[in-house]
Amino acid sequence: MKILVAVKRVIDYNVQVRVKEDGTGVVTDNVKMSTNPPDDNAVEEAVKIKESGKANEIVAVTVGEDKAQETVRKALAVGADRGIHIKVDGIVEPLAVSKILHKIVDKEKPDLVFMGKQAIDDDCNQTGQMLAAFLNWPQATFASKIEVKEKSLEVTREVDEGLETIEVNVPAIVTCDLRLNEPRYASLPNIMKAKKKPIEQINSSDLGIDTKPRIEQIKVEEPPKRKAGIKVASVEELVQKLKNEAKVI
Amino acid sequence: MSREVMEYDVVIVGGGPSGLSTAIKLKQLNPDTNVCLLEKASEIGAHILSGNVFETRALDELFPNWKELNAPVKTKVTKEKFLFLGKSKSLSWPTWLLPKVQHNHNNYIISLANLCRWLAEQAEALGVEIFPGFPASEVLYNEDGSVKGIATQDMGLDKDGNKKDSFESGIELHAKVTVFAEGCRGHLGKQLIKKFELDKGKNPQQYGIGFKEIWEVKEEKHEEGLVMHTAGWPLDQKTYGGSFVYHAENKQVFIGYVIGLDYKNPHLSPFDEFQRFKTHPSIKPILEGGKRISYGARALIEGGLQSLPQMYMPGALLIGCDAGTLNMPKIKGSHTAMKSGMIAAESITDHLKDNKNLSSYEDKFKKSWVYEELHAARNVKPSFSWGLILGIIFTGIDQILFRGKLPFTLKHKHSDYETLKPANEMPKIDYPKPDNLITFDKTSSVYLTGTIHADNQPVHLQLKNKDLPIKYTLEKFDEPAQRYCPVGVYEVQKENDIKKFVINSQNCIHCKTCDIKEPSQNITWVTPEGGGGPKYGNM
Repeated sequence: MKILVAVKRVIDYNVQVRVKEDGTGVVTDNVKMSTNPPDDNAVEEAVKIKESGKANEIVAVTVGEDKAQETVRKALAVGADRGIHIKVDGIVEPLAVSKILHKIVDKEKPDLVFMGKQAIDDDCNQTGQMLAAFLNWPQATFASKIEVKEKSLEVTREVDEGLETIEVNVPAIVTCDLRLNEPRYASLPNIMKAKKKPIEQINSSDLGIDTKPRIEQIKVEEPPKRKAGIKVASVEELVQKLKNEAKVI
Repeated sequence: MSREVMEYDVVIVGGGPSGLSTAIKLKQLNPDTNVCLLEKASEIGAHILSGNVFETRALDELFPNWKELNAPVKTKVTKEKFLFLGKSKSLSWPTWLLPKVQHNHNNYIISLANLCRWLAEQAEALGVEIFPGFPASEVLYNEDGSVKGIATQDMGLDKDGNKKDSFESGIELHAKVTVFAEGCRGHLGKQLIKKFELDKGKNPQQYGIGFKEIWEVKEEKHEEGLVMHTAGWPLDQKTYGGSFVYHAENKQVFIGYVIGLDYKNPHLSPFDEFQRFKTHPSIKPILEGGKRISYGARALIEGGLQSLPQMYMPGALLIGCDAGTLNMPKIKGSHTAMKSGMIAAESITDHLKDNKNLSSYEDKFKKSWVYEELHAARNVKPSFSWGLILGIIFTGIDQILFRGKLPFTLKHKHSDYETLKPANEMPKIDYPKPDNLITFDKTSSVYLTGTIHADNQPVHLQLKNKDLPIKYTLEKFDEPAQRYCPVGVYEVQKENDIKKFVINSQNCIHCKTCDIKEPSQNITWVTPEGGGGPKYGNM
């Protein structure tokens, strides 16, 4: 089995994101960037499946500017075999990403496509689903457990009511939840070896895909500052305030 | 337990200006030398914090074409000011009356973190293997006692030291020469100084704690290229310190404060002094209407030549601020750190080629301009132990009249951990509450550092004696760790009338102040898991 894993470069989750003064977006200059956290889970799961002998090749793919390659390099350091970087500058929306991935799937013919359930920068949660639609493949989203069977996957999904277990036929798309596994650390020797693994470079224009954004972003604002709380003297006062002022009980 | 081993000609610990300069120079001198550089931060630059007004002397030597190579050294100093602050007044000191070492025309206002990122790109292009996220946690020795290399930190241990599923063993890096370039108070450097008695016959080392914030200020308040320093308020005459305010590019102002860690009053809170400083009538207007976008702190090394340890030992060199090459009166250490690294590369290349002894480092260093600078600077810092006024008068005579050539050398008498007086003998200081516009608390500040340490890992701030903080340090010194730590790692909490010393190690920004100032030297800073610590941007 061959697994394609999609990874995205985003602002590191520990960084306090700042809105640009003119409201046209967020500041990315001088900001630490990393792999989108659930994408790390997707890579880890693919590597685990390969280690169990059920997959024979893992290809890591990313879409973005030159530096997005770092995320592929990281995937290679923890066990992916080779990488693909589709170069696009500027904002790429999920629709364009899924069209690009569609082309890559046609070319690579993987049995499974893994990716994070959503990216922590735009929180869209669309790419996996759109790709499934383009390919007309089954999809298992928000996966917190994956069991590989003969020609299908048994996937446990994180849903509002609890856990849902579904079976999907291979080929399939799986979007991964943070609960799926604990991503491993890349060891120093493996990082060195990863530097020698190939990353294929493709220009998005060569794929014939229009990556122009379809969504017009009007304004980006910081959430309003939280107002200071008050201290209440007794439980009675709290209940009274919740009832009469906050009107929540 | 046997660990995987990798062999190199040279292993460098630390990706700051000195380590990166060593790596680059090694490759320039001999492209065939195998060089590996380790950095504990998640990326090069993420643990770098510095003012910084940069003198390009070392960079000019390393890359004469740095301008064409688009080094992030762009904002030339255009104007200088020096203010003496009283509580509400200020006296502007004419710059022609400042010692020559404090003149900055020809220098640049830079982000040292960004310069390091650029140096790392140059180094990688030359073939240096750089590994961020891998702290060197242990020095390895050969049977003859010489340094064999280092081991990297194990990853994936829980707080009791048990292996988690994600456990990844550290590896051994063996080298013909290991270069320690960890910066001020490097934790391996500290061990080496002790083991090889590198500080024998030297004065005790002196340190300071430096704070820095980056502000985006209103356009009309911004004067790109302006460099301003202050002395005086809010510190008393006996406490060594001062501020910097640098107007960088993109409407940013780098504002910071440095306080000598030889302060005596355990009630003093360096963080709150810095916050209070910003409320001075000659400072506040610059910041008003602006926004604080970054915060950080780092200890710096101030002992100068008198405290500079021997920088070579069998199999290894100690360079930059890991040894202590900062020029205090100049308030600059980047160019001297870089140069010390370049000299290291020359000595190592000779050593690898002709088996020349590493002690050649000392001769080369003594013949270099770094030594000349540090020699001329040597009497300034110790003279301030007499107080601000006498310090200034002496420094005027020493630096302006004699240009650092007075025929004697003043001594540093005490280590910084010895200087605190008992809490009941010293006045309490009443710091104003933060207004959340100009001044802030530690909690909101640490948030801006982006610092993180993976949960459930061994605490990297180790107590030699667990009972000492409550039984002794709290009683005698009112536990100053609560105040000298710039991010509130240390707290004394009360639970059912029992006092408890709490270490919030996940907040640590690797400044090393606790390791330096703890009055009984009871706290030891060791490396946490790789990638932990702050995530500074353009600091």
